[in-house]
Amino acid sequence: MTDMANDDAVIRVRDLTVGFDGAPVLDRLSLDVMRGEILGFVGASGAGKSVLMRTIIGLVPKRSGLIEVDGVDLGAASESARRAIERRWGILFQQGALFSSLTVRQNVQFPIREHLRLSGRLIDEIARAKLEMVGLPPDVADKYPAALSGGMTKRVALARALALDPDIVFLDEPTSGLDPIGAGEFDELIRTLQRTLGLTVFMVTHDLDSLHTVCDRIAVLAEGRVITAGPIPTMLASEHPWVKSYFRGKRSRAGARAA
Amino acid sequence: MNGGPLLESADHGGRLALSAGGAWTAERASELERLIERVIARHPRVDGVDIDMGGVERLDTFGAWLLERLMRALAAAGGEARVVSLPDRYRGLVLQAQELNRAAPAPARGHALGAAIAALGRNVGEVGADLVAAVAMIGALAAALGRAALRPRSFRFTSLVHQIDRVGWRAVPIVLLITFLIGGILAQQGLFHFREFGAEIYVVDMIGILVLREVGVLMVAIMVAGRSGSSYTAELGSMKMREEIDALRTMGFDPIDVLVLPRVLALVIAVPCLAFLGSMAALYGGGLMCWLYGGMSPEVFLARLRQAIDLQDFAIGLIKAPFMGLIIGVIAGTQGLAVKGSAESLGLKTTDSVVKSIFLVILLDGFLAVFFAAIGL
Repeated sequence: MTDMANDDAVIRVRDLTVGFDGAPVLDRLSLDVMRGEILGFVGASGAGKSVLMRTIIGLVPKRSGLIEVDGVDLGAASESARRAIERRWGILFQQGALFSSLTVRQNVQFPIREHLRLSGRLIDEIARAKLEMVGLPPDVADKYPAALSGGMTKRVALARALALDPDIVFLDEPTSGLDPIGAGEFDELIRTLQRTLGLTVFMVTHDLDSLHTVCDRIAVLAEGRVITAGPIPTMLASEHPWVKSYFRGKRSRAGARAA
Repeated sequence: MNGGPLLESADHGGRLALSAGGAWTAERASELERLIERVIARHPRVDGVDIDMGGVERLDTFGAWLLERLMRALAAAGGEARVVSLPDRYRGLVLQAQELNRAAPAPARGHALGAAIAALGRNVGEVGADLVAAVAMIGALAAALGRAALRPRSFRFTSLVHQIDRVGWRAVPIVLLITFLIGGILAQQGLFHFREFGAEIYVVDMIGILVLREVGVLMVAIMVAGRSGSSYTAELGSMKMREEIDALRTMGFDPIDVLVLPRVLALVIAVPCLAFLGSMAALYGGGLMCWLYGGMSPEVFLARLRQAIDLQDFAIGLIKAPFMGLIIGVIAGTQGLAVKGSAESLGLKTTDSVVKSIFLVILLDGFLAVFFAAIGL
């Protein structure tokens, strides 16, 4: 299975080591993200999930190892090749990271305006369309981020991440801070958009419901590397103590049913 | 991959046939928009249109939306537009695009002149609101001081000492340096111009009175406003943004007691000390300049200074200092607590804090100068 699947890996991470001072956070980590899948990435708090995401997108320097996106080695790529790759991914930060001095509309228009030479009319229409696609009412467009609720902030941030029609979307805890209904809707939205736009989604999450409902595959990070990866049944069958307590513990679905 | 014509049109007996090709994606959206607008402009009336999407290699939201725009425009021109041989993988996207932007866009904002007048009105209102906020802050500080006097143990003495260290002690080197230079510059200018009248000795009078009454304390107040007032506003503002102030409130603490009062008191105590040190440094700088540049020996300078000034000049300068400290603290606190959620607002309020406290400090100095002259001091 691995060989065949490897051919279609959009993101390929090999022997990645990342550390700040002292002991490495990620230790010779390897991971593949397949084209068109939703990969859920889980691990204990502080295990380095966000560090991996930030290393792939280039915000954290790596010590050694290889990161390839669509066959391009990001460590060796020229500036323009890197830019071309960066154009093809969108990132949803945990807190949204909306520009607080711009309105919602301007936030979504910002990447379009900066990267593409389009007419004002088209930019406006596309921005409105994106906001509508993430399920926001039109009157939100002229608000400032400070006036938005947590769920709306996430939706606007998703609209901005999707502004340039990326192939790959990185989501850092997309449902954290949302109520279960809002989180469920957001999962549904991610699923719908992933199908319509043919996205590859890399999702760091703690939300067991998201893992069960939307993720095609799950990768578990512990001790600085990916200890297991696969769909939900693989997780439920795993005998690794952390994986076991995570997926079969009291708060998991299996645990809830048993109680 | 990006090759091939994006859109070609042909007339088949009254029915317009469009065939699409290439990549209908964000990169080529600009080109595509022009082609589509041309088709729309060329066919004000159509009977029916077939859009053959079979040749499209890639389609994203940009392309799907432009296709939808084309179909809506053709439908409005009377023709029923049909999409044929659309690849299955893009069907969902095209269907979604049909739902988008159906609502009329939000009405354009009002008249530019009207907006300008409204902005002016808002600014005038803000001046009033600022004044009210500053007065309210003074009141809240007085109440906090009263509470602290009744229950001295509730007063944050450690915080006060820490703040005095921050705004007083650590400001000493820069204050000494700048006032020393100012004293020197005043002396040099005085010597240069007074020399024409042979009145060089009066430079000492000028430096003594100017420094002790006005320049020393004013320079120090302006420096403190720029150095510490701004940092207080930024500090309180970011605490407000991160809900730390709300957290304090819910724990039963008044942020004025905990945060603002120690800072304002620290300024009230530190500014007179700095003003004293600054005045001395300015006199020293003036004396040194008189000696090195004007050839006036230190003995002569000191003897003349003793005649030229008395304790009153010194007292008038220093009496203003605590009030200047109070103004800086009150403005910094008011502006800091007025910060809203955005990073821009934090920057604006910090600027406001410095500009307003410097303005008010100079205004106070002017009023007091007139007042002291009127009562004959």
